[in-house]
Amino acid sequence: MISPPKPDLITVNVDGREVAVPKGTNMIEAARAAGVDVPHYCYHPKLTVAGNCRMCLVETGQLAVDPATRAPIMDPATGTQRINWAPRPAIACATNASPGLQIRTTSPLVKDCREGVMEFLLINHPLDCPICDQAGECKLQEQATGYGRGYSRYIEPKNVKPKRTALGPRVTLDDERCILCSRCIRFCKEVVGDDVLGFIDRGSHSTLTCYPGRRLENNYSLNTVDICPVGALTSTDFRFKMRVWFLKQTDSIDAESSAGANTVVWSREGVIYRITPRRNDAVNDTWMADSGRELYKAVRTEGRLADIRTGSGGPGGLDAAIQAAAEVFKANAGACAVVGSGRSSVEEQFLTRSLAEGLKAPAYLVSRVGKGDGILVSADRNPNVRGALVTGLVASLPDRNLSGLASAVDAGRIKAVVSVGEDLSEAGLTGAQLAGISIIYLGTHRNGTSDAAKVVIPTLSVFEKAGTFVNQQFRIQKFSAAVPGPEGAADDLVVLARLIEAAGVRRGQAGGLAAVWSEMEAAVPALAGISYGNIPDSGLLLDGTPWAGLPFVEGESLHFQRVP
Amino acid sequence: MPEQRRIIFQHIDEPGYSNDLACYLRNGGYTTLRQAFQRKPEELIEEVKRSGLRGRGGAGFSCGLKWSLVDRKSGKPIYLIVNADESEPGTFKDRHIIHQDPHQLLEGMMITCFANNVKQAYIYIRGEFPEGARILERAIAEARAANFVGPNIAGSGYCCEVYVHRGAGAYICGEETGLIESLEGKRPYPRIKPPYFPAVLGLYQCPTIVNNVETLCHVRHIAAVGGAAFAKTGTPGNTGTRIYCVSGHVQKPGCYEFEVGRITMGQLLYEACGGPLPGRKFKAVIPGGSSAKVLKFGERFNGRRKVGTTLEEYNWALEDVPMDFDSLALVGSMGGSGGVIVMDDSVNMVEALGNINAFYAHESCGQCTPCREGSLWMKRITARMAGGGARHGDGALLKSVADQIAGRTICAFGEACAWPTQSFVQKFGDEFGAAGSAAPSAEALAKAEAPRAERTRLV
Repeated sequence: MISPPKPDLITVNVDGREVAVPKGTNMIEAARAAGVDVPHYCYHPKLTVAGNCRMCLVETGQLAVDPATRAPIMDPATGTQRINWAPRPAIACATNASPGLQIRTTSPLVKDCREGVMEFLLINHPLDCPICDQAGECKLQEQATGYGRGYSRYIEPKNVKPKRTALGPRVTLDDERCILCSRCIRFCKEVVGDDVLGFIDRGSHSTLTCYPGRRLENNYSLNTVDICPVGALTSTDFRFKMRVWFLKQTDSIDAESSAGANTVVWSREGVIYRITPRRNDAVNDTWMADSGRELYKAVRTEGRLADIRTGSGGPGGLDAAIQAAAEVFKANAGACAVVGSGRSSVEEQFLTRSLAEGLKAPAYLVSRVGKGDGILVSADRNPNVRGALVTGLVASLPDRNLSGLASAVDAGRIKAVVSVGEDLSEAGLTGAQLAGISIIYLGTHRNGTSDAAKVVIPTLSVFEKAGTFVNQQFRIQKFSAAVPGPEGAADDLVVLARLIEAAGVRRGQAGGLAAVWSEMEAAVPALAGISYGNIPDSGLLLDGTPWAGLPFVEGESLHFQRVP
Repeated sequence: MPEQRRIIFQHIDEPGYSNDLACYLRNGGYTTLRQAFQRKPEELIEEVKRSGLRGRGGAGFSCGLKWSLVDRKSGKPIYLIVNADESEPGTFKDRHIIHQDPHQLLEGMMITCFANNVKQAYIYIRGEFPEGARILERAIAEARAANFVGPNIAGSGYCCEVYVHRGAGAYICGEETGLIESLEGKRPYPRIKPPYFPAVLGLYQCPTIVNNVETLCHVRHIAAVGGAAFAKTGTPGNTGTRIYCVSGHVQKPGCYEFEVGRITMGQLLYEACGGPLPGRKFKAVIPGGSSAKVLKFGERFNGRRKVGTTLEEYNWALEDVPMDFDSLALVGSMGGSGGVIVMDDSVNMVEALGNINAFYAHESCGQCTPCREGSLWMKRITARMAGGGARHGDGALLKSVADQIAGRTICAFGEACAWPTQSFVQKFGDEFGAAGSAAPSAEALAKAEAPRAERTRLV
């Protein structure tokens, strides 16, 4: 790994504390580095600076020096170098720290500035908190508590503006709550390149709206809800569903493509309510696609598999299913195939490989290629094809369909198939081909393959289990279980481990995550020295050079360039 | 009393003088431009620096210094923008120049362009001046036909184009960076400074000079007579003439051009403008457009001021204050745009402030919080007070709101909307109730809180 070049560091003084920050750091970030919080609304680290909320006003100064000799001018009272404070406060977001800069965030002037801005922001803000979705994660609430006066001097009538405008299919706007920070406008323009939002009217009557004839319907529109510091922009899906303080947050990974956006899954009592992005400056910054936020809805749908089916037809326990699988393996010895998945975790893929080796069966992978959007949905809609390469499940990228398997079935060389979550009918096998073979299906949802399968073992969705994915950058990233799986579903790793035993390979360990990792770490060179526990939350970059020659389908996107 | 010294307004309101090119040429027009082409551009800039000319738009910033701040090494084109967005209440001089003597402005512009190597100049004219825009378009067409605008001007080899751009009716477009945004086709949100100083990152992120109409007319005059001669008019540090637009309760309101500082407030109002209306007395005057702090008749100002190199004692009544940038700043107001608004004893100061506050609430662009919310709040308070709903502590509240705006906004609009309130409440406290006292504490406010029924009525 190439270490990044050391940035030029400069020293600034925040509230009397010296801190070294890279050149070009603004005062908000410099203060953050010194452990000092500068409140702000319009500033967002991943957007251009607007400087309009005025909440981040701080006092700045320079150490006094004699203009002629450059000798420091000392303050006889304190014995320290005098500081020339600027007469006016400056906004911390738009001012870059310069060497020797003095920043004061606790002075009476700064306190007064914050109280003033808080008061101004609140005078025309509706008292919607009891019914507002943002309550609990509202910057206005938090900073009113932290920096406001605590009482109102305003007795005039408040502004009246539209309360529920559907800006697009997924975003609802309450204009009265809007504090006109312009984060959403800048996001659409700068990150998505879909310049669709703007203000009309002026002064306090300014109103956020879409351009005439346009709608906020790009696939990133819900990020505006995330970055809205108040309850003006709300998710039409999440609106009025649940108070955020009741929700449990679980770190996860967006499984819709190989971009691997980092996410947080918000759940309560086993039910997922929403998915939001988690900041990772090397992958997705603070963004994710709307499409990835919908994935949780598949967890509870009609076709969710819950019952184990064994060869004998009736329902049975996992033991019966494994027994049935063992019989299939025995009956078709030498004529088995394994269809792995680019949607499985690295750990599952590793066990899938072990299963294929135990059965002496060829392993296949199903390809899913779509159109990349150049941001955070890549062309490879499998989140973990690289995991299959790293673990050695496959040596090359999957074919467009399972034509090799199909011809082997036709030729009678393959008589039994283990499918790990893949629908073979969708992947290119005909009904007749499926009817001619014995299928052992592990998966979450009912489909043509599960219908045709001899043995069906319901397993867990990505939200119900822990594991890792390797994204397009060859970055291995962890996801955790947010909610428990449905009754009757078994952990994929446990099922795979038992299938391996059913194939006649003796395993000392069960399919626990830690156990699989210790096994994998020894067997897979690219994962040497890594354990699940020591992968940081921001992921770990693996060496992808052994696969650099493969024709990966991803184009350029956020924080990703194709290797030429 | 000193006589008017009409330089810029030499031909304004002159019988028989028309705004076409022929008339301008008959009166010696464009000879200064021809002469300017015989000189080096740097010499012309030097002349303007030597003249001590200060901008006539409002801030009174040194014109020569402004030009010298222009980034000439960037390799990017340099633009000139004429700020003809004359919207400051009480100011109506640029409109006269544009309507009656547009070629004077054009000649001043072309000299400025030549001096600063500008190849494209824009006149940003206020949206409410459609007639002025038509006149300017015609004047530019005439000048182009006569080869004073366009390629190879007057055979000098120098080329420069001029375009007129009409605003859409927003006061904020007079703020130079808001103007630039508007000219670029965006909402006129003023830019944050630093880093967006027009001299470095102006129009299309290129170095840009933004000058007021009257200022550029002075440039023409400076090029004609020389910077040193110009500096002899007016007073040191406040050179040349300036046009005072007197409006309100005087016998003869109108535009008056005097040497800067050679006339006092009293001379201007009593002698030039004929004094108050019959039976009335002067009460207050706003000396530099509605944004300037109000001055009260009967006030006295004393202290020391620098005259040349010596310190001089002064002890002035309002009538004694010289009408120049520095003296008006000394007495706590400003020369601003030259709009002198006079109020006599018939005026209710709460109503007058309510009028000003209504203007600023209507014109705040809404970009940054203090001005956006504060201006409307102040308007609502003064409107309620003027409507008979005044409450104890309103004056102090008004001042406190204004104090929360000034100095904390992106552009000078913050001061512009705060200064009237601050000064009105401070100087006419008797009309604003318990003004001047500290802002009420939470406890005092809770005690003073009107019963719910009354609050509903107020709303």
